[in-house]
Amino acid sequence: MDEVAGKALDGGTLHAAHAEESVKLRRRRRTLDRIRGIVLGVGFPVLLVVLWDLAVRYTETRLIPSPREVAVMMYDFTFGGIYDDAFSGTIVTHILRSMERVYGGFFTAAALGIPLGLMIGRVKVVRQLLDPTISLLRPIPVTAWLPLSMILFGLGPNAAIFLVFLGAFYPILLNTIFGVRSVDPRLFEAASMLGCTGSAMFRQIVLPASMPAIFNGLRLGHGFAWILIVVGEMTGVPTGLGSVIMDGRTLSRTDLAIVGMIVIGVLGFLTDRVIVKLNNRVLSWSPQHHE
Amino acid sequence: MNDAERRPYLAIGGVTKRFAVGDEEIEALGRIDLTIDKGQFACLIGASGCGKSTLLRIVAGFEEPTNGGISVHGNAITGPGSDRGMVFQDYALFPWMTVRENIAFGPRQRGLVKKEINAIADKYIKLVGLERFADRFPSQLSGGMKQRVAIARVLANDANILLMDEPFGALDALTREQLQDELLQIWTRTGVTVIFVTHSVEEAVLLADRVVVMTAGPGRIDADLAIELSRPRDVSSPEFNAVRRSVSERLTSHMSRRELRSAA
Repeated sequence: MDEVAGKALDGGTLHAAHAEESVKLRRRRRTLDRIRGIVLGVGFPVLLVVLWDLAVRYTETRLIPSPREVAVMMYDFTFGGIYDDAFSGTIVTHILRSMERVYGGFFTAAALGIPLGLMIGRVKVVRQLLDPTISLLRPIPVTAWLPLSMILFGLGPNAAIFLVFLGAFYPILLNTIFGVRSVDPRLFEAASMLGCTGSAMFRQIVLPASMPAIFNGLRLGHGFAWILIVVGEMTGVPTGLGSVIMDGRTLSRTDLAIVGMIVIGVLGFLTDRVIVKLNNRVLSWSPQHHE
Repeated sequence: MNDAERRPYLAIGGVTKRFAVGDEEIEALGRIDLTIDKGQFACLIGASGCGKSTLLRIVAGFEEPTNGGISVHGNAITGPGSDRGMVFQDYALFPWMTVRENIAFGPRQRGLVKKEINAIADKYIKLVGLERFADRFPSQLSGGMKQRVAIARVLANDANILLMDEPFGALDALTREQLQDELLQIWTRTGVTVIFVTHSVEEAVLLADRVVVMTAGPGRIDADLAIELSRPRDVSSPEFNAVRRSVSERLTSHMSRRELRSAA
């Protein structure tokens, strides 16, 4: 009797030891996986910079600055004290101006694109009214609007905002329409049988059900907004990261242009992370829309 | 039972349905006349394409009949309404709402105060035994749990008629049995009228007071059989098997007749 109990106990502890072992193993594998992710993710751009540096040294070109020169320019652009020219220590001003335009255009695009997309997706008359026009206007490159936008909005930030808006508007609009069109029609039936009608249907069913596609559109539109800020600031505005890059070109200061590029890249990346975080929060109900 | 109690609760009168598929017109339902009493459990059974789901969707108000009409308690129905709650095979829960929010959806539409909505939600979460899962999202539930939420959702909205379109068709056998059992308990406890579409003879005989056999091309009612087995029913008893056999024969005899006709 005692012997049997003893054996059972042994089996149990053996089993527990096994479980502990496998938990430890799994945890170690996960840590290794994370370390590999960081090493690869950071290592690759570092490798690119090293290659850039070697290429500049090897070719002895004077047209492209070395990473070191760009780093010095970045320091001066941020803190000043090295070149003491018109760009020294002005980074915050340029970032703020550009962000105003990027987010002015982006939020206008979202504020118009999402409701309009919901309407076009859901209401047939609106779709018949607007869809052909939108299909016609959409293929026109945003840069083609440049001359007209300068006439319409003048040589100032409004033209830039308009161009950013145009770039962000279509992805947001089209993804919202797609989102509405792909909602399971049973959800509308279920909602209407539970007493939900009219505008309540838009707020309570159409909008949340299309949210995954809307976020997709916001992410794409946000990317385009940053892309278009350079074009937008070609319209003759004196400040902004796009205008810094244009100045770098006209003054043949490639280091300045590259610094502008880096700042835009970093800002776009950071704000994209914010959107992803928001996405994960709003779409916590949907395992396949989590990142 | 006197005449007043026997007066039809749900009346389907002269309903036909034709669909346009491309340039062709398909007659989905011939003429359907059917009345169902309050509190009755009726199963619609038939081969696929016999129009049983279409008929259910017309009763729900999701589709309009080509001819004829449907009345509940003497009132003609014109569209979806909270008196008739549909339970779909694929659940159709709102994926962005928790179990509690799904169940509270109907009461919220009626503009009740928060305290009342919560009380109703609690009551029906408890009815279907999902207290521990109240704050989960549908994607985190098993099929059986999702269907419990779907049932609770329409009951919480004071549906008097439960329309069920092959609700347990996507579930495994064990879960199906459990849910059939729970559905019968809920039906007994709440006294709702149930119209249950299925293609399983066993399920129909187990659940229903009455089995309405439908046939295809165009959909019409072939037989209307009362199931007078006492409850709870035992699927392994000889009585149950006898009834099941007779319903099966009714279903298949017609099929072979039709096959013969098409061969001739």
